[in-house]
This record gives sequence, C-alpha cells and structure tokens, in this order.
Amino acid sequence: MGKAPLVCRLAGDTGLIVEFGEGIDPVVNARVRAVAAAVKTRSPRGIIEIIPTYRSLLLIYDPLITLPEKLIRFIEQADSGLGDEDAGPFRRVDIPVCYGGEFGPDMDTVAKTAGLGIEEVIQRHSAPDYLIYMVGFTPGFPFLGGLDERLFTPRLKTPRMAVPRGSVGIANNQTGIYPITSPGGWQIIGRTPLTLFAPFRENPFLYQAGDRIRFIPISPEEYTAIKEKEDRS
Amino acid sequence: MTALRIISPGGYTTIQDKGRFGFQHVGIPVSGVLDAFAFTLANFLAGNPGNTPVMEITVMGPSLEIRKEMDMALTGAQMGISVNGVPMDQWASIRVKPGDLVTIGQVRAGCRAYLAFGGGIRVPEIMGSFSTYVGGKIGGFKGRPLQKEDLLETGDSPLLTRPRAVPPSLVPVYSSEPVLRAIPGPQADYFDTGLNTLFQSEYTVTVKADRMGYRLQGEPIPIKSGMPKSIVSEPSMPGGIQIPADEQPIILLVEQTVGGYAKIATVISSDLPLVAQTTPGDTLRFESVDLATAHGLIRERQNQIKAVKEMIEAL
Repeated sequence: MGKAPLVCRLAGDTGLIVEFGEGIDPVVNARVRAVAAAVKTRSPRGIIEIIPTYRSLLLIYDPLITLPEKLIRFIEQADSGLGDEDAGPFRRVDIPVCYGGEFGPDMDTVAKTAGLGIEEVIQRHSAPDYLIYMVGFTPGFPFLGGLDERLFTPRLKTPRMAVPRGSVGIANNQTGIYPITSPGGWQIIGRTPLTLFAPFRENPFLYQAGDRIRFIPISPEEYTAIKEKEDRS
Repeated sequence: MTALRIISPGGYTTIQDKGRFGFQHVGIPVSGVLDAFAFTLANFLAGNPGNTPVMEITVMGPSLEIRKEMDMALTGAQMGISVNGVPMDQWASIRVKPGDLVTIGQVRAGCRAYLAFGGGIRVPEIMGSFSTYVGGKIGGFKGRPLQKEDLLETGDSPLLTRPRAVPPSLVPVYSSEPVLRAIPGPQADYFDTGLNTLFQSEYTVTVKADRMGYRLQGEPIPIKSGMPKSIVSEPSMPGGIQIPADEQPIILLVEQTVGGYAKIATVISSDLPLVAQTTPGDTLRFESVDLATAHGLIRERQNQIKAVKEMIEAL
C-alpha cells in the first residue's frame, strides 16, 4: 500500500501543518512520529518546535531564517526515506487505576451505555495496550487509541469546570488521563494515584507519544498507599 | 534581597517573558507576554536584555512598595503611574529607591501594561522560561497571578547612566476598534461564504477574553455544507481563529495547545499585540493578507524595534 500524499496547511505566519493521512490510524501516526524523529535529528535551521499529532506535524519556524517551501522539501525528503519501523523504540508504561466509586463518577453511565456490568467495564478497559497517539491539551494528557468498541461513550453534555487530576476518562472512541485538574467533558471512570506531570522532577513526564499505556486495576487501599508514596517524593 | 512588596496586585498581574518553547508536544502551552512589542521596549527602557521577565498587568494596575534602588519602566496600555503620588511618564525609565510607593491606575486605553525592573524579576526558571502558565500552576511567581503581600526579588544590574524614553511619536496608540490582518487558516477550505463574512463584518470582544483566547460575537460563520463540524484534534497557534459549533469565532492565544475545531484564519504575529490591547466591548475587523506580506511585516517590526533602541541610545 502506498503512502498518502502530503497535505500542507499554513498555521499563521510562523506555523506549518503537514498532514500524512486522514483520521486516526496507527500506521499514519507511526509515519508522523518517524518523520518528527528524523526532523529532530537533522534539526534544520529556523525550526523552533516540532509537534507530532494524530496524523500531522506542526512545525513552528522563524520566518527570518527559513520559509515553508524549504520546510516542505525537507519533510518530503525525510518522509521518502522512511518506513513505519523508523518511528523508534517505545516504552510500556503501567498506570494503576482505582475504578468506579468516588473516583469514577461516570462509571454507571459508561456501564449502562455499554450494557455491561462494572466489573466487565473494568476488565475491558484494562485489557489493551493503548498507543499514545498524541500528548496535549494539558501537560501530559495522553490521547489513547485502541479502546474496546463496547465502551465507546459520548462526551458529557455539559463539561465539568474541574476534573480532578489523575482522572481516567472516555470520550467516544478515545480514552485518556487528566494529569492536572482542569475543565473537561470526558466520562470519568476512575483515577490514578500517579503524578503524571511533575515539573520539578528530572523527567516531568512518565511517557511520550508513541509509548504504550496499560491500565492496572487497583483497590482504594492500594490507591491510598501509592498516593502517599507519590506525594512524599 | 527583597526588591518590592505587593500592596495590591491589580486586576490580573503575572510574571511573563517571551514564552516557554519546545514543550507543546507534551501539552505545555507557550504562555509568555501577549504584547511582545511593549514587552521588548519595557525591558530596554529598564536597561535589561531582551528576554527578561516582567509583570504583565491587566486592566487595573498594582500598588508596590519599593525596597531597593533600581530603574523601572511601564509600557503598553495607558494606565498612569505615580511614585509617592507624583505622576510619572510611561514609556520612560523611572528611578525608584527604598520606601517609594508606586501606584499604577485603571486602564484608559489598551488592556495590558508591562512593568520591567532593572535586573529583572527573579523567579525560578522552569522548562527554559520564567513565564507563568496559570492553568498548569507553573512558572512565574509560584505558578499563579501575584497576590497582596507577595515579596519579589530582582536581579543585580547596574543603574542606568542616563534616563531612557521612547519618543512620543513612536508610542503606540491603542484602538478600541482595530483592524487585524489575518492569513487564511489551516482549515480555510472548510468555509465558503464564511470567509467573506469574517472579512466583511464587525466582531465584538465578549467578557470571555483571557490569555487562553478571545471569544467574539457577531455575524455567525457557518462551515460549508458537507464538511465535518470538527477536525481531528491538532495543536493551535496563537492568533488562530477557531469556529466552534455555535459559529462564533474565538481568537486562540498563548495558554492553549490542542483544539478540535476548524480554524478559518490566523491573525498575523505583528497584529497580536492589537488583540491583546482590546477589552470586552471593543470591536474588531479582519483584513486578509498573504504570507509574504505577513513575513515582510515581521521583518519591518524587528527593524522598527532596532531603530527605536538606537534612537533612545542616541538621545
């Protein structure tokens, strides 16, 4: 199967979006990450930021040093020499989650929509290795693909003003984690005691785009124990 | 050593520099000053290098007790500044000494003022920047806007040998009905008549206007029929004009990373300060320009700043 042609879009006078395909697709996403890695390695002059997304790259550039035409040629070259396996190594990160109860106020909604018992929702949500397609929205928020179709649940009609940090949620075919307390409209089914964004930690984040996440169900007692340890460090 | 004490913080005052670059791929927005022109000149007037952290002051100014002899300068929105009750000039260096009481007033034109201190405000550097990102509770002073009784330190820096001032003819005049130049956006192809609507109508700034974005109100901008109402989530740039389901535009600013709505146009970098200097009730118009024009204006603006600095130094 051949690669889709690149589509370039101007994001203002300092941003260039290069699209590698349509929709949410692990193959397209791997291509995005491979090209991002290649651009980072060769670091052409005038690039300020490289932001990989589901199916595109956003390049922020200094127009006094470089121009979109140059960047597009550079991306085309980088892309043509790459296979999907060049997306680079990835890590598997286990995220302990206490499902339901006070930590998962929307568990009943998700279970009812799926026509499943709570135990089976937990089992199905914690079964896959989720690919992190993209990180964004808030520091360390992972957009995960690979959710069990039975668990697809629409967003809340009215978003919450404050979703507590660590909350694990579902929005349609996506699942993700809120690393900081922020507004949000996802259906919340549980919470992790891990600190997902620690600005003063040597590595502020536990994962990056391309890594895999697995959710490990834990009890409220285990939640408290891990949380106390996290808060001390 | 404490350089100043906050007696009252004003409307919304945060510590900012040019911004935090290189971390949007992990969800950290750039933050930073909204009016880069006023920011750059505030630092120059106070004798600082270009990217020194300053206070960004919104609508209502703070009151400060000075505890150290230093130079300072206030640029941006016209708010009025006095030292011990004596009115001083904006866009000019001001020498203050321990015990002085600095009062900055209510905005009269514009929205955001920039207060620089010689040596710069001293706060911890986080991920390469001193800017406050309030949503993430990081940067600036304890990751939050300034509060009453906060004590701030400044860096050590020699006092100016001569006062500095921007010639009055070069001080920007802030309009409450600016025309913003914009280039067609990444999803301009999602719109047909909507593009004409955007460039021919007048939009009012609503009360939902902050560092994340400015929500506008006016003629609705529909997505053309047959196009999806949302896009696969992608990062946004400051100045991006997003059209959500209610068809009322939002100008995205610096505390925003990912969005799922189509962006019809992007306000050019050189005109972002004009957005930052409007307040709720002001009216905006948009004018379409091409990329080459926008780049030319960035170069022009840089030359202008250089010329102003040279002129001040020659005075």
